[in-house]
Amino acid sequence: MDNETVIKIEGLKKHFRMGAGQFTALNGIDLSFGKGEFTGIIGPSGSGKTTLLNIIGTLDAPSEGHALILGRSVGQLSPPESASLRKTQLGFIFQTYNLFHVYTVFENVEFPLLLQGLDQAKRRKMVLDALEWVGLSDKAASRPAQLSGGESQRVAIARAMVKRPAVVLADEPTANLDAANSHNILQTMVKLNEELRTTFLFATHDEKVIGYVRRKIFLLDGRVARDETIVKN
Amino acid sequence: MLAFRLALRNLLGAGLRTWLNVIVLSFSYVIIIWNKGLLEGWDRQARNDMIKWEMGGGQLWHEAYDPYDPFTLSDSHAMLPLEFMEQAADSLAVPVLITQGTLYPGGRMQPVVIRGIPINQQLLLLPSALMQGDTTVINAMIGTSMAENTGLKEGNYVTLRWRDRNGTFDAAEIRIAGIFETTVPTVDVGQLWLPLEKLREMMMMPGEATMIVCGKDLSGMAVPEGWVYRDLDYLLIDIENIIKSKGAFGMIVWGILLLMAMLAIFDTQVLSIFRRQKEIGTYIALGMTRGGVVKLFTMEGAMNSVLATLIGALYGVPLLSLQAVKGIAIPMKGSDFGIAMAERLYPVYSIALVTGTVLIVLIVTTIVSYIPSRKIAKLNPTEALRGRIQ
Repeated sequence: MDNETVIKIEGLKKHFRMGAGQFTALNGIDLSFGKGEFTGIIGPSGSGKTTLLNIIGTLDAPSEGHALILGRSVGQLSPPESASLRKTQLGFIFQTYNLFHVYTVFENVEFPLLLQGLDQAKRRKMVLDALEWVGLSDKAASRPAQLSGGESQRVAIARAMVKRPAVVLADEPTANLDAANSHNILQTMVKLNEELRTTFLFATHDEKVIGYVRRKIFLLDGRVARDETIVKN
Repeated sequence: MLAFRLALRNLLGAGLRTWLNVIVLSFSYVIIIWNKGLLEGWDRQARNDMIKWEMGGGQLWHEAYDPYDPFTLSDSHAMLPLEFMEQAADSLAVPVLITQGTLYPGGRMQPVVIRGIPINQQLLLLPSALMQGDTTVINAMIGTSMAENTGLKEGNYVTLRWRDRNGTFDAAEIRIAGIFETTVPTVDVGQLWLPLEKLREMMMMPGEATMIVCGKDLSGMAVPEGWVYRDLDYLLIDIENIIKSKGAFGMIVWGILLLMAMLAIFDTQVLSIFRRQKEIGTYIALGMTRGGVVKLFTMEGAMNSVLATLIGALYGVPLLSLQAVKGIAIPMKGSDFGIAMAERLYPVYSIALVTGTVLIVLIVTTIVSYIPSRKIAKLNPTEALRGRIQ
């Protein structure tokens, strides 16, 4: 595995105001992720998984400490800079898919490329490639409402991958899927991780996901409780 | 361009919700344009008719004449200025002598304004030639409203009483030689028209007039002493004011219509921002700036008015064009209003009216769409993604 670091986190803390007091979601996280990692951030509800993913995804800022994404400090990015980073280098996969219901599958996958201002021919090729990766070439003209949960999540994967990001952040991607669809989705992501060497970070407590990851980071009460790298034969 | 493209895609994808807004907004467009076009047509028709029937190109008034004060009539007359004598002979100027009198139709007493006008004048549309004929009787003409009010018919004789220049009462039988139809009530209601020379004789005012209707605008020319020139702007000020007041009422109606349409847009925008939180969060996660999302939502709202323009044009253009050609039947007479109004009004839809209305609605819609969309700029994307914003 290539150990080039794409994410480096040092002394990361995140506090949220709750009434008169505050709640500490992350309490001194030190982690780094290399290119092409396939990592699960595992923990119970409230352990800080999603908060950590949001900060790595530049959707939120640290209260203390540093989070460097592709060499850029999240806390120091201006809103347009963080938007630009998300637009080009970060892909998101959500538990509830978050597809745009008024768009077709093709248009959903095309959306990140529209934001990048790519020309139509290039967009078309990239979208068709992405749909092929996830096995949904025949559903390009369908609307999200016509898809099953597994198909919808595969569209979300295609949308996250179409721009060939450096990092994909997946928040409970299999929580709404049955076992067969979950395995299908995970196999798709493993294949893309291997072929495109994209770094995948999962926030999950799904045993099925945990079975696929090569590194497990256990969070508990906002701290890293355990960090295991699994050597697979 | 991207915001425009995405907004259009979102709007069309929203289906019924979009079309309901668009149809309501298109009604506003069409009704605003129709209403303004109707008033514009009425204004134009009223001005034209009043110029042709009464005003001419302008009027020279005796300095004591006040049309709103009948007591001035006994003093507001003088010899026709020499420079107008010749023009009057050529019908380029029409002298009119005005006085008060009383008619006794069927034994009733009816105050009237008696106007003397040359029988052979052709400057105004008044059919003064109706008063030609038997010179042994006093031939008069009245309008249809006057005939209706007095119960007089063509050929009827009726007693007329007046006071001559010395203040002496006199009376005579006059014959209704003709009844004319007009859209201008100020030459009809309460008006009795006599041949100018006959009235001068009755009043013992040979060669005198109260006013001179000019064939063309005399603004800037020297005015004879004792006379005041009144141009069309002055003479038409009443009709302008009446139409302006109708226009002000029309503005209230437009305002209500526009408000209703804007409320629909505002409501949709507020609901959109509430219901589409996850979508907004996803836009931001995928790399749109908050400003970009605000722009997208504002564009979506504003685009309602663009679609409404197209839909409104689909049914509005044929409908309004047909009305502009065929006119609209007015169920009451102009005399009921006291201002010139034809039996059919022909609305006038100018390019300025249409483009002005479209622009105003577009600007207002954009503002109304922007106001709720500003909230997006303050959204926390992580909260939006979870749909937790209240």
